[in-house]
Amino acid sequence: MENNVILSVKDLRVVFEDGFVALGGVSLDIGKNEFVTLLGPSGCGKTTLLRCIGGFEKPTSGEILYKGEDIIHLPPYKRAINTVFQRYALFPHLNVAQNVAFGPDLRGEDKKKTALEVSRMLEMVGLAGYEKRKISSLSGGQQQRVAIARALINKPDVLLLDEPLAALDLKLRREMQLELKRIQRESGITFIFVTHDQEEALTMSDRVAVMRSGEILQLGTPEDIYNEPQSAFVADFIGDSNILAGTMVRDRLVRFLNCEFPCVDGGFGEQAEVDIVVRPEDLKLRTMEDPIEGVPQGVVESLLFKGVHYEMKVRSGDSVLLVHSTHARPVGTRVKMFVAPEDIQVMHKSDCSPDVLKRHADRAK
Amino acid sequence: MKNKALTLPFVLWAMIFIVVPLVMIVWYGVTIEEPIPYTEIIQPDGSVIYELENGSRTTEKPWQKRAVVSLSNFKRMLEPTYLRLLLRSLKVAVITTVICLALGYPVALILTGRDFKRPALWLMLLILPMWMNFLLRTYSWMSILENSGILNSWIARLREAIPVLDEWLLARGVRRRIIFLYNENAVILGMVYNYLSFMIMPIYTVIEKIDRSLLEAAADLGASPAKSFMRVTLPYSLPGVLEGITMVFVPAVTTFVISQLMGGGKVPLIGDIIQNQFGKSSDWHFGATLSLLVMVVVLAFMGALGRIDKEDEQSKEVRIL
Repeated sequence: MENNVILSVKDLRVVFEDGFVALGGVSLDIGKNEFVTLLGPSGCGKTTLLRCIGGFEKPTSGEILYKGEDIIHLPPYKRAINTVFQRYALFPHLNVAQNVAFGPDLRGEDKKKTALEVSRMLEMVGLAGYEKRKISSLSGGQQQRVAIARALINKPDVLLLDEPLAALDLKLRREMQLELKRIQRESGITFIFVTHDQEEALTMSDRVAVMRSGEILQLGTPEDIYNEPQSAFVADFIGDSNILAGTMVRDRLVRFLNCEFPCVDGGFGEQAEVDIVVRPEDLKLRTMEDPIEGVPQGVVESLLFKGVHYEMKVRSGDSVLLVHSTHARPVGTRVKMFVAPEDIQVMHKSDCSPDVLKRHADRAK
Repeated sequence: MKNKALTLPFVLWAMIFIVVPLVMIVWYGVTIEEPIPYTEIIQPDGSVIYELENGSRTTEKPWQKRAVVSLSNFKRMLEPTYLRLLLRSLKVAVITTVICLALGYPVALILTGRDFKRPALWLMLLILPMWMNFLLRTYSWMSILENSGILNSWIARLREAIPVLDEWLLARGVRRRIIFLYNENAVILGMVYNYLSFMIMPIYTVIEKIDRSLLEAAADLGASPAKSFMRVTLPYSLPGVLEGITMVFVPAVTTFVISQLMGGGKVPLIGDIIQNQFGKSSDWHFGATLSLLVMVVVLAFMGALGRIDKEDEQSKEVRIL
């Protein structure tokens, strides 16, 4: 990994004129051919970070190393990095081919060679034969592909994508996610992708950086982020979850919902206050006749059919828990709840725990 | 078009303030005045009775005049004197427009710059003088430029302070008092000053509307600021430039006050002559004929500009097809 790093962000800070801290010291290493996603709610600094890498935002302090060289003082047009903009920023006075050829034309490359290359690029993004079309005659998804072709024709080592799928409808978005992933794999270009859609981030990325308030809270593979969230915020942001306040009785034993559960985590100290996350699909419902002892009990409060599974809300004391199961239990049924030790994720308390816990507790109302 | 009644106010307005005056100008333009014809009949008692064409008789000598359709004013209009005036007007207007464009475009560009703080304030400062009376503004220039004006007195003081400079300038035939006013350059200066904001405003407006992300995209694809100006800003600002040219050129062709004040009557333009016809010379018919001439020239100019605009769009169209 170490010598494979193509882009390295070091303690990057961006403070806006009005004093707002958009990035509060972010560090991130991105490897060659990697697909890294910056994920977070709006205002978390993900776009600012991307714009710093692209050269459109001047950081207050910190370094951006591209192949080991600090590029912070290089203007965008001198960086070997290309961007797919959020609203594509295609040139409306030029046609599809002219848009794609913009970069090569600027470099004064041979027209015939460029024309061939443009056709090849358009073919790759599934727009073969669209050369002469007007930008305004294209659909959102087609414009998006033109924007990608326009960036990729320059053969950048790093491609920045700023929520490129945000304007597309769900079906098209799914298609484009796969398409982008394919293009990334085939071209071998490093993708840095910004999104606020956690599903998109999990589907496409090699690694995901979850951001909040100008900081990276957690960086890891999609599996890591989903299964081992390190804070209530990450757990809450990624996927559906039950986040509960708990106490670490001792290593490998945690107490929440007034019951004690064996778990796989340790090192928190005895009687430490912690946050617990249990994914809805990991909460198993058992009938009251089940001989299992020492587990929380509850009553099914609502039942929704979601296609692949049923979504149930189960009240247990003051808490209401979200349960996903392929097996429906009628509303009013009393159930026992079981969680396997490896499905309990124990997290340190963080500054946003109160917020997240309150929101999850509010489900009970 | 469904509810014609709604368009009535506009139609009425257009009739009263556009169509009728235009028709009147055309009518005046194609007619001349001549005394109404009459015959003198000497009565036996020696008195004279005047008989008009319609047979009515009067003892007073008829003084009325009547308008007769005649193209003689058109013939007069084509005399070299007037054509020369028209040519000078066109020349002055073209120079004014070119200078306004050369000054106005960079100003508009700077004002829309990303690093430029408070563009609205600066724009306001640029336009503020335009809220003053037009004559006052022009008189101010005169008091700056006249022979014993501010500029000349500064130059005089400077030359007094630096005798070497004074000698050097004298040796080159530069007089102590430089005559700035009452020549073509003074007229052009007055026009540029008065019309510059009409060039800046439309250009500023279109450049300001250009999506910044397009400039970022150009930079991202490797365009230096100069190249992204040539490839993005310039083509997008063209409509504003054309509008600015129209807004400056048309009033510049027809102006008369500036040439009278700054030119001191030594640089008459076609507008001055037209104004003269309605004033001192009191020949409304010839004035109207000359107005028609100017109107045709302006229309031809606008048509040419419009064609540029369209051609531009067509060539875009062609490129796209």
